[in-house]
Amino acid sequence: MADNVILRATKVTKSFGHFAVLKGVDLELQQGEFITLLGPNGAGKTTLLRILATLAKPTSGAIELAGIPLKDAKASIRGLLGVISHQTFLYEDLTARENLVFYGQLYQVAHLTERVNELLARVGLERRANDRVRNFSRGMQQRLSIARAILHNPPVLLLDEPDTGLDRQAADMLQNVIRELATGGEPRSIIMTTHNLERGLAMCDRLVVLAGGRMVREAQARDLTPENLQNWYYEAVNSRNLKP
Amino acid sequence: MKSYLYKVWAIFSKDVRTELRTKEILSAMAVFSLLMVLVFIFALPGKLQEPQDVVPGLLWIAFTFAGVLGLNRSFIIEKDRGSLEGLLLAPVDRSAIFLAKMLGNFAFITIVELLTLPLFSLLFNYSVFNLGLLPVLLMGTLGFAEIGTIFAAMAVNTRAREVLLPVLFFPVMLPVIIAAAQATSAVLANRPFGEISGQLQLIGIFDLVFLIVPLLLFELVIEE
Repeated sequence: MADNVILRATKVTKSFGHFAVLKGVDLELQQGEFITLLGPNGAGKTTLLRILATLAKPTSGAIELAGIPLKDAKASIRGLLGVISHQTFLYEDLTARENLVFYGQLYQVAHLTERVNELLARVGLERRANDRVRNFSRGMQQRLSIARAILHNPPVLLLDEPDTGLDRQAADMLQNVIRELATGGEPRSIIMTTHNLERGLAMCDRLVVLAGGRMVREAQARDLTPENLQNWYYEAVNSRNLKP
Repeated sequence: MKSYLYKVWAIFSKDVRTELRTKEILSAMAVFSLLMVLVFIFALPGKLQEPQDVVPGLLWIAFTFAGVLGLNRSFIIEKDRGSLEGLLLAPVDRSAIFLAKMLGNFAFITIVELLTLPLFSLLFNYSVFNLGLLPVLLMGTLGFAEIGTIFAAMAVNTRAREVLLPVLFFPVMLPVIIAAAQATSAVLANRPFGEISGQLQLIGIFDLVFLIVPLLLFELVIEE
């Protein structure tokens, strides 16, 4: 299995001054695997994802993406990653199409016009393609953000609380799009952080709980049910003497 | 190299397109520049008879203060809207982001200068239209944009970013402003080109150093 690992974090720590946010996290993401990362506020989930996304550097430890240590990698390695966050990374004063074309230019996507049209249709925004993003609802912006993240067809997706600020309907729609990404066409490896336990369980292959900057528990999704999930999670979190 | 320049062009043209739509940076700089000219007129009424003594210095004061407004906004807009991280996530060399942002700032400041020059000419009744001014303006503005862009990137991740930028920027920029004001004064007085070559050399050295150093160090500046 080891050679099937696409993203590996080894003994990753991150401190801000004297405050340690991550205290030696080890995590391996297999090709085609979907990991849901759970944990209370301040557990270090977002910090870990930012490090994996190359937005922050670890204080110590190593990250490998497709077998290449990130600290030695060139800028082009970021093309293997797609990131969706509660921030959309979109330009509000550009249209949906202009945003995708701009990011497509940065990622040097081949046949860009066709790819942009295909993705706009896929996230249901083809009729709003020429509207400025500032006029979009939060749900529409998040759908466009998904299109932005998969524009270059990355093998690894990092999703940081992608459903934050969405109403139930928009969150369900987002869940369907993400599930389609995980299972349809080329297999993608995904790490998603969320506070929604049930949604996280429904989508993933493996659940990992981060608390107090450490990985405190993990389980295969098939070994858990929505009924015993809460107990499993709170036991893990309380084992670190942290309140959920 | 082609791919690098293509990405620089993509970021630069995105910034220009966004700015032409919102006019956030240009309008703030232009209005501020106009107000400064008016303040100078009322604050220095006696000098209206001898504009050649004050106009070169006042021109660069107006460019500098108006320019700082634009520099501040160039990264703050990206940071506050979360799009800076989108740029940092892309497979783009960090130095390409610096180059594109610097070129954008250079273009915006140049536009404001071109709007401000006729105002000075009109209100001080003193012609500032002299071809010899072109290299001084372009080289001075390039240095301004280079130094300003790197410091704006440093300041954007701090809490007191709007205060920090001028505090970092002015001491470093001072030699360029002084040399540019002196060169402007010589050009407008129709003195021979040889008299300003020293100032142009100084500005040229600054332009070169502050092009190369940020290209090498921008990754350290912009990353967490």
